[in-house]
Amino acid sequence: MNTSVFAPWDDPGEKPLIQFRNVTKRFGEFTAIDNLSLDIFEKEFFALLGPSGCGKTTMMRMLAGFETPTEGQIMLAGQDIDPIPPNKRAVNMMFQSYALFPHLSVWENIAFGLRRDSMPKHDLEERVEAMLRLTRLEQFARRKPHQISGGQRQRVALARSLAKAPKLLLLDEPLGALDKKLRQDTQFELMDIQEKTGTTFVIVTHDQEEAMTVASRVAVMDQGQLMQVATPDRIYETPNSVYVADFIGDVNIIRGRARQNGGDGYHIDWAEGQEALTAASDNGFDTGQSCHLAIRPEKVAITAERPSDAANAVQGKVHDIAYLGNLSTYYVELPNGIIIKAQTANTRRISRRSYTWEDPVWLSWTATAGVLLAN
Amino acid sequence: MRRAFLIAVPYLWLLALFLVPFVIVLKISLSDAAIARPPYMPQFDWAEGIWAFLRELDFENFIFLTEDDLYWKAYLSSVRIAVVSTLLTLIVGYPIAYAMGRAPEEWRPTLMMLVILPFWTSFLIRVYAWMGILSNEGVLNQFLLWTGIISAPLTILNTPTAVYIGIVYTYLPFMILPIYAALDRLDGSLIEAAEDLGCSRVQAFWLVTIPLSRPGIIAGCFLVMIPVIGEFVIPSLLGGSGTLMIGKVLWEEFFSNRDWPVASAVAVVLLLILVIPIVLFQRNQQKQAEAEQ
Ligand SMILES: Nc1ncnc2c1ncn2[C@@H]1O[C@H](COP(=O)(O)OP(=O)(O)OP(=O)(O)O)[C@@H](O)[C@H]1O
Ligand SMILES: [Mg+2]
Repeated sequence: MNTSVFAPWDDPGEKPLIQFRNVTKRFGEFTAIDNLSLDIFEKEFFALLGPSGCGKTTMMRMLAGFETPTEGQIMLAGQDIDPIPPNKRAVNMMFQSYALFPHLSVWENIAFGLRRDSMPKHDLEERVEAMLRLTRLEQFARRKPHQISGGQRQRVALARSLAKAPKLLLLDEPLGALDKKLRQDTQFELMDIQEKTGTTFVIVTHDQEEAMTVASRVAVMDQGQLMQVATPDRIYETPNSVYVADFIGDVNIIRGRARQNGGDGYHIDWAEGQEALTAASDNGFDTGQSCHLAIRPEKVAITAERPSDAANAVQGKVHDIAYLGNLSTYYVELPNGIIIKAQTANTRRISRRSYTWEDPVWLSWTATAGVLLAN
Repeated sequence: MRRAFLIAVPYLWLLALFLVPFVIVLKISLSDAAIARPPYMPQFDWAEGIWAFLRELDFENFIFLTEDDLYWKAYLSSVRIAVVSTLLTLIVGYPIAYAMGRAPEEWRPTLMMLVILPFWTSFLIRVYAWMGILSNEGVLNQFLLWTGIISAPLTILNTPTAVYIGIVYTYLPFMILPIYAALDRLDGSLIEAAEDLGCSRVQAFWLVTIPLSRPGIIAGCFLVMIPVIGEFVIPSLLGGSGTLMIGKVLWEEFFSNRDWPVASAVAVVLLLILVIPIVLFQRNQQKQAEAEQ
């Protein structure tokens, strides 16, 4: 069996569907998007992640045609889309505010875009019904938007943007108002649609778990710039900066100074009177260069005795325990005051927990568990 | 107690300023004209009692209104003028309200002020000013003669055209303000959504902007039409003798003919005619309030 991995971004021959070329967008003095270049490929499920106000919606609006770049170009299928008005773009957007037409029923809202294409009545009805089924809105079809709940409204907005089966679908926080179960179902539904139709999705989300689940690639943004664009696992395992490591998931950041130790190995002097930590890194560091070691809590083991074979081991005492149901996070305070998080799966009942508050414990991790970052 | 008081205030207000005067007018309309002071019979007399008084009332004046075709023609003409001028006001007012709604945020209070500004001077003075503008030697004719567009002055004053101009001018704010209020509430992202789904600008306007400003349009139309049906000053100052409107007829019955009973009958019928649009207007307002909840 030969399943080729979907990775057009690694193929230099592949032409991107969307291309941001040094795009800058200013609102007056304020720079919302700062000299940003990005390629998004056909059939991708591309997630934009970033703190509030970093410019995610602005990027979407430029793709949909509601904002024009102050500088730079956006290409869609090799064509500069600047002169093309929104209604002529094969792009549909689901608005963050939903933007449902209050004077039209749910049914008519979904049919709105199809009517513009003067689709035959029969096909149109079929399509709307299919969208209603997909978003489980059948029994609300005749209601007006103000007569349904927030989550239902969000699904109407989603159905409306999906209805036209556009080449590029922009979803601005499509699932934020849904409960976890429905959100997961809809996520899989979206991935399914994406696989069936081959539509390219660009999705904005605040929920990194969601980005990890659905996306082929994730872009982490900050203040109008891209911090890192990579597949979810690479973003998680090999973040390129402390910012990305910190933004995605939970992480321990240990500051220190690198000392070369032959090959790609490094010693990190991180605290007075503490043994140096060891880490491997492909990025070159000079001896004496300040660095940050980022380690995910689940990669830190917690034991009562010092493990004999661990590359890194530090002692501390349990400062706090966060019980998350399936997992427990131990906040372990080291003698110098630094707190390191270690996560373990709760395979036993909570009453049989091995460690409790103020217990002395050892934390350990391997040389390749962490990522060594310059900044 | 406090609640009852709060509810009572508006009702007392209605009673004193609407219901009581209406009953008086109704009573006069059922009386007979007389050369007396006040000029109608019967007068209520405690000595004769209420029954003797009521027996003398009749519907003669209302029957008279149907016999002389002046009255129904005046009613009809009033309604027609009201409808036409309401449409004209809408045609002029909507674009203004729309432009206000799309103007930059910081300009809007100023624009709003400009719309309301005419209310700061006397209505009569403004109508007289229009007489000065529209008359044969008026500002408008002089300007048109000067530019050479016309060679002889146009007769505008004392024609229906002058009445329409006067009405549209006077009632324009009543059209603009409710429409502006509706457009101001309209979420701009709805237009974007419409465009995103394939509408041109014009289609988005017809399919989204117009339907969503409909409550404002309806409110504006009623606010203009209801008072215009009974309008008296504008037709008598700008319309000359050729314009037949019920307000003018009413005035003449009262003051020229001094036939208070017939004049009152005219007023009662006018009120009945107005009840229909007023009820419709209330329904519109109520529906809108419900939709916003
Ligand atoms: N029309 C505008 N005029 C001025 N500033 C704007 C305008 N639109 C957006 N901005 C600014 O640009 C920045 C980026 O806005 P944007 O809506 O893209 O953020 P976002 O990443 O979508 O945030 P959120 O996650 O909160 O939705 C913000 O600081 C915002 O204040
Ligand atoms: Mg946003």
